[in-house]
Amino acid sequence: MTQPIATAQRVAPATQEKLTCFHCGTLCRDDSYRREEKVFCCHGCQTVFELLTENGLTQFYQLSSTAGVRVNASAQTDRFKFLDEPLVRERLVDFSNATLTRVTFLIPSIHCIACVWLLENLFRLQPGIGQSQVNFPRKEVAIAFETQRVKLSEVVTLLASLGYEPELKLSSLDAKPRSQLARRLWIQIGFAGFAFSNIMLFSISDYFGLDSFAGGNFRKVTGVISLLLALPVVTFSAQDYWRAAWTSLKQKLLNIDVPIAAGVAAIFIQSCYEVFTGRGNGYFDSLCGLIFFLLCGKLFQQKTYDRLAFDRDYKSFFPLSVTRLCSSRREKALTKKTENNLSLLTLAATKKIEEQVSLSQITIGDRLVIRNGELIPADARLLDGPALIDYSFVTGESEPVEKKWDDYLYAGGRQMGGAIVIEMVKAVSQSYLTSLWNQDAFQKEHKRALNRLTNTYSQRFTKIVIVIAFGAAAYWAWANPAISLKAFTSVLIVACPCALALAAPFALGTAQRVLARSGVFLKNPYILETLAEVDAVVFDKTGTLTEAGAGNVVWRGDTLTETEERWLYSMTRHSTHPLAVRIGEAIQREHFPETVRSFLETAGCGMEASVAGNEIWMGSASWLQSRLVHVTEKPTNAGSVVHVASNGKYRGCFVLANALRTNAENVIGTLSRDCSVALLSGDNERERETFTKIFGGKAQLHFNQSPLSKLNFIRALQQTNKTVMMVGDGLNDAGALKQADVGVAVVENVSAFSPASDVILAAGMVSRLDEVCAFARSSVRIVRTAFVISALYNLVGVGIAANGRLAPVVCAILMPLSSVSVVGFACLAAKWAGRKLNAPPVSNGKKRSGPAKIR
Amino acid sequence: MIIIFLLIPLSIVVAAGFLLAFIWAVRSGQYDDTCTPAMRMLIEEKNSAGEISKTKIK
Repeated sequence: MTQPIATAQRVAPATQEKLTCFHCGTLCRDDSYRREEKVFCCHGCQTVFELLTENGLTQFYQLSSTAGVRVNASAQTDRFKFLDEPLVRERLVDFSNATLTRVTFLIPSIHCIACVWLLENLFRLQPGIGQSQVNFPRKEVAIAFETQRVKLSEVVTLLASLGYEPELKLSSLDAKPRSQLARRLWIQIGFAGFAFSNIMLFSISDYFGLDSFAGGNFRKVTGVISLLLALPVVTFSAQDYWRAAWTSLKQKLLNIDVPIAAGVAAIFIQSCYEVFTGRGNGYFDSLCGLIFFLLCGKLFQQKTYDRLAFDRDYKSFFPLSVTRLCSSRREKALTKKTENNLSLLTLAATKKIEEQVSLSQITIGDRLVIRNGELIPADARLLDGPALIDYSFVTGESEPVEKKWDDYLYAGGRQMGGAIVIEMVKAVSQSYLTSLWNQDAFQKEHKRALNRLTNTYSQRFTKIVIVIAFGAAAYWAWANPAISLKAFTSVLIVACPCALALAAPFALGTAQRVLARSGVFLKNPYILETLAEVDAVVFDKTGTLTEAGAGNVVWRGDTLTETEERWLYSMTRHSTHPLAVRIGEAIQREHFPETVRSFLETAGCGMEASVAGNEIWMGSASWLQSRLVHVTEKPTNAGSVVHVASNGKYRGCFVLANALRTNAENVIGTLSRDCSVALLSGDNERERETFTKIFGGKAQLHFNQSPLSKLNFIRALQQTNKTVMMVGDGLNDAGALKQADVGVAVVENVSAFSPASDVILAAGMVSRLDEVCAFARSSVRIVRTAFVISALYNLVGVGIAANGRLAPVVCAILMPLSSVSVVGFACLAAKWAGRKLNAPPVSNGKKRSGPAKIR
Repeated sequence: MIIIFLLIPLSIVVAAGFLLAFIWAVRSGQYDDTCTPAMRMLIEEKNSAGEISKTKIK
């Protein structure tokens, strides 16, 4: 493949230094893409700029300095053709009739205010598109367009050409969860708040004993109105508590919902009795206040991170469409004749027999074209092309594997380099990768119950309250039968564990927000309870402890001159091989790339090119040796090695080590003090020694682990009564993450894909994992302290109530006071405990030893 | 003080009006996304005609 660099007039490097693309801000190779004094990095960016200028949308660039998104693939019009197939279209759109269609897309590249503006101005770019609305936290855009005038594929093509290519994965076909539940909660809170404030208003006269000023009727009227206002609160707003209490009673459990429901019922019945018999106005204000506060607590803990998905299965990793070679049966007959002399790829290119089809339409025997960076959707056989498959996502192995003709390819591998043709051997749902999802771990929900702290405590609490209530009733039945019933209900009313129920949601919810600010996202706040109990931590290696693709690159051999470095840099820019990309990044300085001629890359061997008249070879030792180059550098275990020869003479080699994340040693050291630590890696044993040093002699280190054996290791650990935290990143860890009590998925980019997990951890936070665990423990301590505070309030209240002297005004003060003070304590304490975590990390000056780094 | 018996229902009607407005707001999706509208209002809507003629490529 020869790729001559675009012929641009060379300008002196001094003035060339900072050529950044006007649209996307990336460094430009040269100034070959120009438009009115503005430079662009590629044709795509220039096209977007022109499109926006022509339509008067240049405001885009004023809204944000980092507005533009790099346009990756030039928008081929037929790439999204498959979207117009009725089957796909039907499942993708939200609503469609003869005139109007509405569709919602997830667009990961939405990142700033300018994106919002541009996407909401789509109608100016293409006639037929109506209103479009962005949901920024979800990174979604809802677009309405005229069914007759615009095709779905045209909308997507337009978005893609602007750099906002929607995420079209297999999972986007499934029904999207709607926010109906959240809306219902808001309305429930609305009713409760409305009733709470109005009843309070009517009760003021009652609190101060002013009920006689309009005659006795006034109290009666306000009593009835309060009852009417409280009715929807008890039936509608509190319905979840009735239901939850009923379910838990059926299961013979005493969780927190039981005393809440009992309290609400007691208040309501007692108050109705008082209103009907004209004894008073009851406790409707306290009742509505109680439900209002409880619902607010629920809203607080329901905070989710919309753009993060914690429950992903393989469908989220697979693309919605693949490139299929048409009429494969006819083609098969054809290729038999031309097996070796005519490549399928050239056939595909010349005869234009490629088509984009949705993944669900693929059957066994179909031939697919997989391009650079695309995922292999199902187990298949390689038919054509130099395949270099990166399985790091599936197996954790850090190096791409070279495959030959007729080799078996597992689903989930990513092709690096040129396009290949494969033939499907298994259906998408039955391949190696997806079989992982058929494990038990994925079938049943085995995680521990949520809200354990509150529920264990409330069991004891409920029993004590019931004993006191019956005790008080029995005592007064003997001493003064008239107030026996009142004492009984008063105890139930005042012991209604509002403050108790709010302690955990607010303390843990605040902790969840504190963590989110520093890049740790919890699936729900109650994960912290389990996190605090963790006593075994299992790490994955590649991508978790080592930084994927960012290790230090070391040059061995005679020092390279600056000119030579520039030549090598120019060469690496032509390759997509991960090692070449890493070398290129490492030696990239202010180099202005040299023209590279007759560039040739041989998969699994290396690349050769002529730069400034010099014949340069970069690749494996055996490849260079086969070209009669005398390789002098000794083989090493430190990482991958790329040897370099110039004009047939050996120059030296690049060693690309898998760099350990900063501070990883310290984190493992700290964690191993209270927990047992272990390492599970899909990679080979190359780096066993390094990790034995870090983990200490006692820790279990396992290499060459398959996804299934990782899962089994976790299960075995759990059977020895350990609470296991698994820290991993790839699909190969998916089983282990699911099986572990706490699954922590490490991601380089928070909105990028991650396997199903309980916690999503930004890669930078791996180095502070010990602090996260310590914070989880202190937030659990805060919840316990809040329990004690609420118990003190209950003690005072029950003391009064058991005497049979609970006035509505005391109840109306005590209930909100206890709730507010417990909530206040929980939030402030959790914030205070997290102050260190939110502070910028202290950089430790420790540097890795070893040969000098190039970068 | 009889007037209080007229004022109480009136006040409830007014309050109920606000409750209904709130329910309508929730139902129409105004509470689904509380973040984007805050960004949207910061964008100054320059109206097209003048803007286009200035920036159009000759």
